[in-house]
Amino acid sequence: MGIISSGFHGKRHSGNPALPPGQYETASFPVLSAGPAPHIPQGDWEFFITTEAGLRHAWSWEAFMDLPQVDIPTDIHCVTSWSKLGTTWRGVSMDTLFEDVETSCGYTTALSYGGYTTNIPLPDLLGGRSWVVWEFDGEPLERAHGGPARLLVPHLYFWKSAKWVNGLELTPTDIPGFWESNGYHLHGDPWREERYS
Amino acid sequence: MTGLWRVAEVVSGVPESETSRTIGLRVDGLMGNLAGQHIDIRLTADDGYSAVRSYSVATAGTDELLEITVDELPDGEVSPYLVRDVAIGDQLEIRGPVGGWFVWRPTDTNPVQLIAGGSGIVPLMSMIRAHEASENPSQFRLLYSLKSPKAGFYREELLTLSRESPKLTVDYVYTREAPPGWSATPQRLTAEVLLASILPADPAPDIFICGQTVFVETVAEWLVQAGYPAASIKTERFGGTGGTL
Repeated sequence: MGIISSGFHGKRHSGNPALPPGQYETASFPVLSAGPAPHIPQGDWEFFITTEAGLRHAWSWEAFMDLPQVDIPTDIHCVTSWSKLGTTWRGVSMDTLFEDVETSCGYTTALSYGGYTTNIPLPDLLGGRSWVVWEFDGEPLERAHGGPARLLVPHLYFWKSAKWVNGLELTPTDIPGFWESNGYHLHGDPWREERYS
Repeated sequence: MTGLWRVAEVVSGVPESETSRTIGLRVDGLMGNLAGQHIDIRLTADDGYSAVRSYSVATAGTDELLEITVDELPDGEVSPYLVRDVAIGDQLEIRGPVGGWFVWRPTDTNPVQLIAGGSGIVPLMSMIRAHEASENPSQFRLLYSLKSPKAGFYREELLTLSRESPKLTVDYVYTREAPPGWSATPQRLTAEVLLASILPADPAPDIFICGQTVFVETVAEWLVQAGYPAASIKTERFGGTGGTL
């Protein structure tokens, strides 16, 4: 236990077992990003996966929308301590996108329109653990929240769920992304409080 | 180091506005902070319940002292305690300073435009102080958007600096209530007022914007539309978790 602040009682959000340590629940949907939001018309959008062999698997918006779409009810946890419980998203499972991808790499770098990057181990993306989503709570994803499409990796802090996602590069080693090069944890598991490096 | 909780002693507490207080902290072994970084503060109740929040550092020193300015949020959990209850001599737990993105370094040579909405001034003030304390001759300009004069932080210091510093220009915009004799009518910030009060897009200055989410989004959008390169704009959002304006 830390130092006691006498007279501090708090609001007791953390009795909720859905909240990882140090998180509190918010009803709003905060926007956090490092710079201005890019404009990406659906017609210009694509999602790609590149392998170590130089193979590039890519989907236009149309091809992406032809893939099986699933609803994802989940909680999200931001490293700045807010958690939003009971959100619903719609998009394509990463397992679907990786069906024809051959790789022996264990890591990925997610790349976004606007230049943002974040590193995610491949096992954290597969097995029903991540999606490329384009709908939030029944509405098309707003630009401020990453529209037209973003990553959703809800079991990691939300900075891993790259907004305005453009693709994934498979890498043999774990290469720090944008926030990871700026003091944040390489992995980012909220249940282990992997906030900072 | 940044992952560890450390003990900070409260060494000062001064009201900054009707709803805010500047708190000085001394942290054993701290070797200063970069201008623009933040710290996490953890408060623990006597039954073990704890809450953590992030606060920007207002100063940019090289020693064991730092200051934060906390604005009390309506319905806040940690900020009311920090603004009203914590006393000199009390101990808090802190983590950090953290962050290597929304920072200004005295070795940066570009001109800098700072744009603050309300309490978003705090990390920008840290940059102004670091700039003033350095030999760095680059041009700094601050645009500070405020509801009313009473809501302003660091008023005397900014007035003095804007009079005396050859390398800092300060512009205020009042959105609801202006000081007596102010030349402009209070109104919401517009793109025209913004663009008339900042450094020009050519040559591109480094731009730091901090404030509530809607303020930051709107201002960043105006700047990009006006031809400021997106890559030169760094943003940080403030104000609890939502920040609807």
